[in-house]
Amino acid sequence: MDKIIVGLKRVVDYNVRVQVKSDGTGVETDGVKMSINPFDEVALEEALRIKESGGANEVIAVSIGTGEAQQQLRTGLAMGADRAILVLADDAIDPLSVARVFKALAEKEGAGLVLLGKQAIDGDNNQIPQMLAALWGRPQATFASKIAIDGDTARVTREVDAGLETIEVDLPAVVSTDLRLNEPRYVKLPDIMKAKKKPLDEIQLADLGIEPGPAIKELTYAPPEARQRGVTVDDVAGLVAALKDKGLV
Amino acid sequence: MAKVLIVAEHDGSVLNPSVAKCVACAAAIDGAAIDVLVLASDAGAVAAEASRIASVSRVLTVERAENEHAVAAILAPQVVAVAADYTHVFGPSTTFGKDLMPRVAALLGVNQVSDIMSVEGSHTFKRPVYAGNAIVTVEAPADAKVVATVRVASWKTAGDGNEAPIEAVAAAAEVPSHTRFVELAAAATDRPDLQTAGKVVAGGRAFGSAEGFDLLYQLADALGAGVGASRAAVDAGFCANDMQVGQTGKIIAPELYIAIGISGAIQHMTGIKDAGTIVAINKDDEAPIFEAADIGLVGDLFQIVPELTKALS
Ligand SMILES: Cc1cc2nc3c(=O)[nH]c(=O)nc-3n(C[C@H](O)[C@H](O)[C@H](O)COP(=O)(O)OP(=O)(O)OC[C@H]3O[C@@H](n4cnc5c(N)ncnc54)[C@H](O)[C@@H]3O)c2cc1C
Ligand SMILES: Nc1ncnc2c1ncn2[C@@H]1O[C@H](COP(=O)(O)O)[C@@H](O)[C@H]1O
Repeated sequence: MDKIIVGLKRVVDYNVRVQVKSDGTGVETDGVKMSINPFDEVALEEALRIKESGGANEVIAVSIGTGEAQQQLRTGLAMGADRAILVLADDAIDPLSVARVFKALAEKEGAGLVLLGKQAIDGDNNQIPQMLAALWGRPQATFASKIAIDGDTARVTREVDAGLETIEVDLPAVVSTDLRLNEPRYVKLPDIMKAKKKPLDEIQLADLGIEPGPAIKELTYAPPEARQRGVTVDDVAGLVAALKDKGLV
Repeated sequence: MAKVLIVAEHDGSVLNPSVAKCVACAAAIDGAAIDVLVLASDAGAVAAEASRIASVSRVLTVERAENEHAVAAILAPQVVAVAADYTHVFGPSTTFGKDLMPRVAALLGVNQVSDIMSVEGSHTFKRPVYAGNAIVTVEAPADAKVVATVRVASWKTAGDGNEAPIEAVAAAAEVPSHTRFVELAAAATDRPDLQTAGKVVAGGRAFGSAEGFDLLYQLADALGAGVGASRAAVDAGFCANDMQVGQTGKIIAPELYIAIGISGAIQHMTGIKDAGTIVAINKDDEAPIFEAADIGLVGDLFQIVPELTKALS
């Protein structure tokens, strides 16, 4: 295939202990470390491996968000993406519109594969890849832990509740990645320098003819009910007694 | 008035327990009429099971050879064809529902509400975000269909004893041939299913090897428990991927959860926050898991687990 599109979402780093703002309007992001969504790093790594093994000519990293997402795209370029596209949009853009952006770009670029993460760890929605596949009228292979490209088809192993499912899809297709698909490479300093010269285009939603639709409104954020620390027992006998006490054994 | 269509998960012969949880969620919407849709190659046994779930008005079946395996691209257009008369379309947030429902939502031109944990109104729901570190109340547009997945662990199983009528319906939809099922490799086990087990024992990186996990299986068998694992244990190859508990694995709510040699990362804890009693066994008395454990035992698992197995046998 010629091109692979990879989605790179800018999200709160997975190591951050997320705090709900006291006024309930969202979570604290001031001064908080932001990173590429971990699943998206896996998606990019897979795209690079496909390209490196001769399965594709070009890897294009795409982010939809504010200008700050440039950072994550630069990291993606340093990892090895050939070019990047930042589609400027409000962070509150509705997911269906994000899927429409990917569809517009997939068609414009003639992508053979769109590789996205299975979920963004901010909203935990797990939906953009499936929505894109529906709008584009193409196959979806979600939660991939193995991808084998063979000409015009791909064989994908999926992590499902019952075990591992393998499906075969015609290309072009959308694949969403699980974490076990690969281990993303580390970025080396010279690559960061080289990445500065790679093209990063900024475009507007309107350039793709997209006007965001009605979103699902977020009314209030609240912290979850916290579990309390309970008792400590000294030994196995104490544990068995405590379990018996609760009627659990 | 709300009319809810629930897309049934099944394996061709048995209805998945997630369906009765989705019914419980739908029944939390005031005055909702609830239908269950079974897409199958042979719907008989599954539809009969669905018709016994309390609060279900009708079970609709669509039988097609293409429905033998649950392929989202094939099922979605059929769901859309049946969904016309409904205000809400629900599926479970299992890998089946997560795969299928967003495809349905996009074909219907709406956004999806993922992982409903509580119903606040016909269009207002609570759902977890940021690995469960925040709960957001969301409102879907009143003038559009609500497509949603139900966070199964948040809901009790709806009752049974019902005899809802079963009706075959025509889902006039063209289904694609671009996606083909090849195989399912499922680990055979006699142990209780992780997602529905009343008791679960789970192991982490500390077990050190697949052989180390044998200790865990012996404890599970003494307790009659299902077995789970942290991501680190799955990544290290100690056990199968379908045993992973957490943000990106299974979200479960057993009465008893015993976490052994698991540190208690946020991504793991979000998978068990609805468990009844959490027991933690860890050699580090400062492991974060103890902050959320009802009963803690500090010590070496290689000594404790065999002892506990013996005490419970
Ligand atoms: C995007 C993302 C998604 C993730 N999703 C998940 C998920 O769904 N589920 C999940 O579990 N993780 C998930 N993780 C990983 C998570 O962050 C942790 O890395 C993982 O849970 C750690 O597993 P662990 O507790 O087994 O290992 P460790 O953190 O290494 O903990 C091992 C524990 O064992 C204890 N120990 C060591 N030896 C002994 C002994 N002999 N006896 C008793 N105790 C001992 C140690 O004190 C330590 O507390 C995710 C991470 C990311 C980035
Ligand atoms: N704003 C965005 N920019 C780039 N990629 C995105 C964006 N939103 C979602 N994605 C992609 O879609 C995947 C699933 O996201 P979600 O459905 O929001 O959980 C992510 O892992 C990304 O690959």
